[in-house]
Amino acid sequence: MSKYLVDKFLYTVDRDPDLVERYRTAPRETVEWWEQSRANEVLNCHSGEASTWLRFTDSERAALIDHDHVALFELGAHPFLTLTLFIAMFERDHGPLEYQKAYGARLAHFSMPYPDIAT
Amino acid sequence: MASVVAVIASTHHPFYYRASTATGEDRPPFADEWVSKITAFRETLTRARPDVLVMVGSDHFHQLWLDNMPQFLVGKAPFYDANWYNEEREFGLPKMLLKGQEDLSAHILRAGLDEGFDLAFSNELRIDHSVTCPIITLRPEADLPIVPIYTNIFAPPLPQPKRFVQLGKAIREIVESWPSHLRVAIIGTGHLSLELGGPRQFGPHGPDPEFDRKAVEWIATGDLERCLAEVTLDSLHSPGNATHGFMDFMLMMGVAGAGAKADYVDSLDLFHTMEAYFTWYPSGAPA
Repeated sequence: MSKYLVDKFLYTVDRDPDLVERYRTAPRETVEWWEQSRANEVLNCHSGEASTWLRFTDSERAALIDHDHVALFELGAHPFLTLTLFIAMFERDHGPLEYQKAYGARLAHFSMPYPDIAT
Repeated sequence: MASVVAVIASTHHPFYYRASTATGEDRPPFADEWVSKITAFRETLTRARPDVLVMVGSDHFHQLWLDNMPQFLVGKAPFYDANWYNEEREFGLPKMLLKGQEDLSAHILRAGLDEGFDLAFSNELRIDHSVTCPIITLRPEADLPIVPIYTNIFAPPLPQPKRFVQLGKAIREIVESWPSHLRVAIIGTGHLSLELGGPRQFGPHGPDPEFDRKAVEWIATGDLERCLAEVTLDSLHSPGNATHGFMDFMLMMGVAGAGAKADYVDSLDLFHTMEAYFTWYPSGAPA
C-alpha cells in the first residue's frame, strides 16, 4: 500500500489547472508520466532533491488510470482529495449537484467503519 | 493587558460567498434566509468593536501537506495572501490579502511554547477558506489584522479532542496576558456532522441531525463535560467522515470557558450540512 503516494498524486494534480485537464482527458498517459517523473519530487522543498523509493501498487495505478473513485475510496485515498479533484474534472458534465450526489450513491455499499485513510 | 471582547464559533461554508452574491436564476432559494442570518451574526462581532482577530481554522491540504504536517501552527507574518486556485475554481472565492498582527503572533508562540504546546509556526502562510469564510461572513471589509492558528482535523493521526479544548483555554489566557491595549476577538470555525467524498455526502440535511442537535446544545451551554465524555477520535467517524472538524468547535468552547453560555446562538439547516453560529462576550455584552 502506498496511500501516501496516491494522495500525493491527487494533491499535486488538483493544484495545477493544466494537470487537471490532462488527467481528465488522458488519464493513463498522465498517471504513467507522473509516476515516472513526479512521484519522487519532495514537495515543500527547494528543487533538485528527490526521493528514490516511491511507486504505486498495481491496484492503485489502475484505480487512478480508470478514474475509479470507488476503488480509490476502498484503497483509503483521502476522500477530500479525491472528491475535490473529481468535482474539478467531471462536475461540468452534469447539472447542479448531480455529480456530487451520484458520486455518493456509487459509494452506497460502504458501511462504517470506512476504509482507513491514515497514511 | 489586551481584552477579549468577543469569542465566536461558526461553521465555515465555502458556498456562502457564491450563494450570497448570486442574482436572478443563479440565486439559490435559501440564499435570502442565509444572508439574513449572517447579517445578524456579523452584528455580534461589529458591536464588540475589535481591533485584532485571532482566527482558528484548518488548512485543507493547501499549504500544509503530508510530508511535513503540523498539529497546531501559528502564523507570524505581516501579511497573509488568501484563497487558492482550487477554491476559486470550486467555490468562486476571491483572492484576498489580510494584514497580520505579528506582535500577538509572537506572544502566542512564546507563551504557548512555555505552556507546553509545541506550536509550529509559519512566516509565509497562504490561508484558505477556513479563515476567509468567517472574514467574508463576519468582517467583509477584511480590514483588521489577524493571527491565524491552524489545527490538524484532517490528516490522521490527529490530536485528541481534549487537546483542542486545552489549547483553546490556553489561547484565551495567553491573549488576555498580551501587554497591549487592543481589543481582540477570537474566532474559530469548524463543522458539525459532515461527510465529504463518502456515501452520505450532499444529502438534504447534514449526515447526522441528531449529532448536530446535541453539538449545538453542548456549544450553546458550554457543556464541555458532556461533550468530552461523548466525543472521541473514534466516535467522530460515525456522524460523517469529515466530522473531526467539530474539534475546532471544541477548541472554541475551551476559549469561551467551561460552562460559559453563548450570548448568541443561531443555526440554519441546509442541504449537505447544518450551519451554526455562536458568540460569547467574556467582558459582558457591548452596549
